Amino acid sequence: MRKHLLKVTSNREIARNIYEMKLTGPGVGSMTTPGQFLHVSVGNQSSKLLRRPLSICDVDHDQEEVTLLYRAQGEGTKQLSQKQARELVDVLGPLGNGFDMDAIAVNKRALLIGGGIGVPPLYYLGKHLKKKGIEVTFILGYQSVEDSFYVEKFQAIGETIVTTVDGSLGIKGFVTDAMGACVEDEPVIYSVGPAVMLKAVEDRAGGLDGYLSLEERMGCGIGACFACVCPTETRKSGYVKICSDGPVFKMGEVVL
Amino acid sequence: MSRLSVSLPGLNMKNPILPASGCFGFGKEYAKWYDLSVLGGVTIKAATLEGRFGNPTPRVAETESGMLNAIGLQNPGVRNIIENELPALEKYNIPILANIAGSTEEEYIEVTRQISASPLVSAVELNISCPNVKEGGIHFGTDYKSAADLTRKVKDVSKKPVYVKLSPNVSNIVEMAQAVEEAGADGLSMINTLVGMKLDWRTGNPILANKTGGLSGPAIKPVAIRMIYEVSQKVSLPIIGMGGVSTAEDVLEMMSAGASAVAVGTANFVNPYVCPEIIEKLPELLDEIGMENISEMTGRSTKQWKTPLSSR
Repeated sequence: MRKHLLKVTSNREIARNIYEMKLTGPGVGSMTTPGQFLHVSVGNQSSKLLRRPLSICDVDHDQEEVTLLYRAQGEGTKQLSQKQARELVDVLGPLGNGFDMDAIAVNKRALLIGGGIGVPPLYYLGKHLKKKGIEVTFILGYQSVEDSFYVEKFQAIGETIVTTVDGSLGIKGFVTDAMGACVEDEPVIYSVGPAVMLKAVEDRAGGLDGYLSLEERMGCGIGACFACVCPTETRKSGYVKICSDGPVFKMGEVVL
Repeated sequence: MSRLSVSLPGLNMKNPILPASGCFGFGKEYAKWYDLSVLGGVTIKAATLEGRFGNPTPRVAETESGMLNAIGLQNPGVRNIIENELPALEKYNIPILANIAGSTEEEYIEVTRQISASPLVSAVELNISCPNVKEGGIHFGTDYKSAADLTRKVKDVSKKPVYVKLSPNVSNIVEMAQAVEEAGADGLSMINTLVGMKLDWRTGNPILANKTGGLSGPAIKPVAIRMIYEVSQKVSLPIIGMGGVSTAEDVLEMMSAGASAVAVGTANFVNPYVCPEIIEKLPELLDEIGMENISEMTGRSTKQWKTPLSSR
């Protein structure tokens, strides 16, 4: 594990408060597994101390370029959104355990379900699964059309169903409202989003195989501070650390 | 003896830097980033008698130049720590300071009895200052009679020197320090976190599930400096200083205030390499001010001024 100074190649708003940041540098070579994250220093480390865990959205190994999507919501991520091309960003990573790419049989279909700022890691994951020859369907949930992003890019990988809470794009409702027909042929499910959404996805999946990637406020990002724990019934310790044991867990493994 | 070495009861350190309790787990996570043998020592996460899960999440919130935490003493229990966590630290050959917490006197005593008997433990740090659990010992740390009483009982069973970790959430920290000195403490650790709170202005709700948490980071360093400065003039115990230290300059400032060794906490989260980077920079700073040995830094602020600055 390493700390890298990566150079910003672009940083732009692609939807309401959603930014796409591309970073380049030698450290990008190690970012090979979908579902891992970078622990990003947002700016002035003496005032905004803590790093932000941002999941990897895409990696272009030829260009040594990693793409992160984030929501500029608080002061820290707003500082990050002010970074200009050629500025340096201090990142730790890649951190955490990503999606197990060998766990899905080639004849299976994959259903990738993301909500809000949980959507980005599904892009890199979808590309990997498609490369393996797996048919991929996406269900992407946003608040409204103004908050939606990357829809066309997802469509280039596989069938993409969009839901919005206000109905301004795609199906009106939540991601779970679009799951019905998609789970009939028993796909493997991969889902990223807030715990309440993951819980709904897990309930709706009714025992299908799948993987969930959890979000939580983190301290160290490497498993030392115990800030981002989650209860589990399957491990003796009774808990998992989201940053270092996860953020990806088998469906049913953690108590949501 | 190198110019960075310092010697405290039970802790012969090749440099004065050790990670602070709770900010370094049991060491194995940071061991993936660097060789822990470069450290002066290591303070391990608080041990209680039985394993504890801790508080609900969110457990951390960022504040200006600081952070709030309310982990809630999560740990696997003292027996597990002795059997499964400590052995991995042996190969680094550095002193281990074992932090001890509890809800009752009996718990503190039993945890001390067990962990101080481990040949891998060099000294114990009595945590009477955790602000994040209802029965987390802070009631021992805010009343000087209870603090002294507990210190005496823990000293009776401890096979290793005992450092009492003081809470800054008191009106008179000198009185507290004097009480535990009188009760037989071998040293002091100070300061623990300051109780604080952060709300989401949109909803009005606290960010932390525990509502309140302990404030750490650079924001609290001036408080730590002031308290170490005051206490070091009134007690003769060595002090492990801590509270917002993130640079080599901070270390020398804290030693000047009266600390004999310095623990680094929150800064580890900002930069996992902060401890080795500080250690590497210290000789350069000593050269800059023409100081040969770092141990001469301790208490400079009060030695230079024959009377304390506060009473001038």
